[in-house]
Amino acid sequence: MKRKPFPWHLFVFLGPAVLVYTLFMIYPMVASLAFSLFQEGEGGRQVFVGLGNYVRLLTDPLWSEPFWNAFKNNVVFFLIHMTVQNPLALLFAALLATNIRGAWIYRTIIFTPAILSAVLIGFAWKLILSPTWGIWFPILDRLGLGDNEVAIALLGNESSALITLSLISVWQNVGIPMMLFLAALIRIPKELIEAAQVDGASGWRIFWQIQFPLILPTVGIVAILTFIGNFNAFDLIYATQGALAGPNFSTDIMGTFFFRTFFGFQLRPGDPHMGATVAGVMLLIILSGVILYLYGWQRRIEEVQY
Amino acid sequence: MRKRFWVLLALLGVLAMGMASAERIVIESWRSDDLKLWRDVIIPAFNKHYPDIEVVFAPTNPAEYNAVLDSKLQAGTAGDLITCRPFGKSLELYNKGYLVPLNDLPGMENFTDFAKSAWSTEDGSVTYCVPMASVIHGFLYNKDLFEKYGFEPPKTEEEFFALLAQMKKKAPALAPLVMGTKDQWEAATMGWHNIGPNYYHGEEGRKAFLAGKEGFHTDGFLTTYKVLAKWAPYLPRGYKSVAYSDAQQMFTQGRGFIYPAGSWDIGVFHQMNPKLKMGAFPPPAPAGAEKRYISDHQDIALGLNSASKHKEAAKKFLEWMTTKEFAELYGNALPGFFPLHNFRIEIKDPVANEFLSWRQDHESTFRMTYYKLSDQKPDAETDLWTASAGILNGTMQPDEAAKWMECRLSSWFEPHKHFHQELGCGK
Repeated sequence: MKRKPFPWHLFVFLGPAVLVYTLFMIYPMVASLAFSLFQEGEGGRQVFVGLGNYVRLLTDPLWSEPFWNAFKNNVVFFLIHMTVQNPLALLFAALLATNIRGAWIYRTIIFTPAILSAVLIGFAWKLILSPTWGIWFPILDRLGLGDNEVAIALLGNESSALITLSLISVWQNVGIPMMLFLAALIRIPKELIEAAQVDGASGWRIFWQIQFPLILPTVGIVAILTFIGNFNAFDLIYATQGALAGPNFSTDIMGTFFFRTFFGFQLRPGDPHMGATVAGVMLLIILSGVILYLYGWQRRIEEVQY
Repeated sequence: MRKRFWVLLALLGVLAMGMASAERIVIESWRSDDLKLWRDVIIPAFNKHYPDIEVVFAPTNPAEYNAVLDSKLQAGTAGDLITCRPFGKSLELYNKGYLVPLNDLPGMENFTDFAKSAWSTEDGSVTYCVPMASVIHGFLYNKDLFEKYGFEPPKTEEEFFALLAQMKKKAPALAPLVMGTKDQWEAATMGWHNIGPNYYHGEEGRKAFLAGKEGFHTDGFLTTYKVLAKWAPYLPRGYKSVAYSDAQQMFTQGRGFIYPAGSWDIGVFHQMNPKLKMGAFPPPAPAGAEKRYISDHQDIALGLNSASKHKEAAKKFLEWMTTKEFAELYGNALPGFFPLHNFRIEIKDPVANEFLSWRQDHESTFRMTYYKLSDQKPDAETDLWTASAGILNGTMQPDEAAKWMECRLSSWFEPHKHFHQELGCGK
């Protein structure tokens, strides 16, 4: 048998993608990680400090307190998405998959916010909840909640601001997992469901015992996409609460914490090295989540071939 | 055809020569609101004296100014003239060699030492920016509403709170004090910094603070937190989510009586509602006060980039800025930004003039957290935002907030080290 010649043409096909990806994704990432190992010394010289910045971030209370606060808030932000956004998306998808009348209208309406910029979403919700001209006060007055301290300032109370913002984000993004679930549900062959119906299974049982197990791979993908999206989130908080993520840092998440560290704020100049360190930790958090998903979930799930 | 070509070439040549001979200087600034004013008023006035110097005003968004300027200076692409923030930030730029000393600039004698102090080295030997303007804190009130209900502007703290209580009773739909806490800085700037000097006795208290004799938890400083806390019941409904721009809207729409202000608001309010009749009163004096104080904060100045290629032209511009002509032009074009020159100038806007008149019978001081106290992390100014908003939101008690701030400051500020132990911080 003659040996096949080396497939040189592969380079031609892969080359551009590899080049662009290396130049604009891998190189900046590695450079940023390298940057986090330095600190500015005397006279603006860069001094190698090893993992010193990371130790400082996690042990010096000046850094570790805001860091853990941001991390904790980010976990809450993520949990709200997991418990509200994704089940809601699944519910919408399951309903739309039954071919209810006007499904395409609902699909469009639910998906529309996802294509708007977070700045617009933030601005729109700020106007809705605005005490000066929002429609929020008249609604509250009708409900008899006009004197409720928390309800009249949803974005201004430490107890409610983060939850409110999470729900705004859920409202914005619920369309994306809905589409993914819907695509997976539609792919399930009709025969399976018809057979179950002939056997006399209820709609509830069909969903949990046939449809849901078959879309488990999608459930995993949605979970990891939510995780990555939430730990990279920044724009909505910045647009509604500003870089200080008020009140009293109660809506501060990793993204806004990074922004303040890197670019500085008001009278404080930024610290690019510590900023790179925060970015490094964010990468680590997301990476460990992805690894957990790859080994703990995806390997156990079998892709079903119909 | 050919003839036309030569004419065109000659025209281009003349144009290129013209461009080469006219010097072009670029001003870096965070005052993007003032772009039109610089373009239409200030630069044409300068060009009457120096027609062959082209001046370009190139502002950046205020929130990003510091970061953008830093990176431009490092890369050597910053403009010729740099708008200077007061105190630490500009001192840092000077120490790194980005700003040129301006002691010898003709006309620098037109500024008081107080004005120059914000842009001078610690020993006062070198001044590196030409002072442009200060802003004064006080209270604006809606004249029509005051007349309608028969209210008079209060003179003392007691009158002030009595008036607020009366407003709440007589006009429950209107906000007595129009301010929110959502953006946090208003609570500190228009609240704490506004009334503070009356309680800690201006410069006297500020200097004692820097020397380590006073702290945020002592005497007048602590009182300021306590008085600020009493504002909470008079703020608008839902004030915790009222942002700065919301408060501006509410006041100019006549939905509240009193607006804790910075003088820069005057010009903005004239634009937002030209029909609004405003009056102003200084921070009310506490009982038994002998002297009265105002926050007269040096806010803005202009310095010369050491990497500039057009230093001579830029210096001519700076020199022109020290003149009375510039002072009157600037002070009137931007009511509420008060030139720091030491000659008397006519300000035509009556409200701005009212603010300015307080300099006669009040002693001036500046926002005390801007000098030294914000040079390191955690900086006192950002902490003050958090604390002031927390006090008004009811999530922090005044003494608690004062202690929290003092503990954070004394963790790095040498003269206050002894407070760190006395207060038992970190336990």
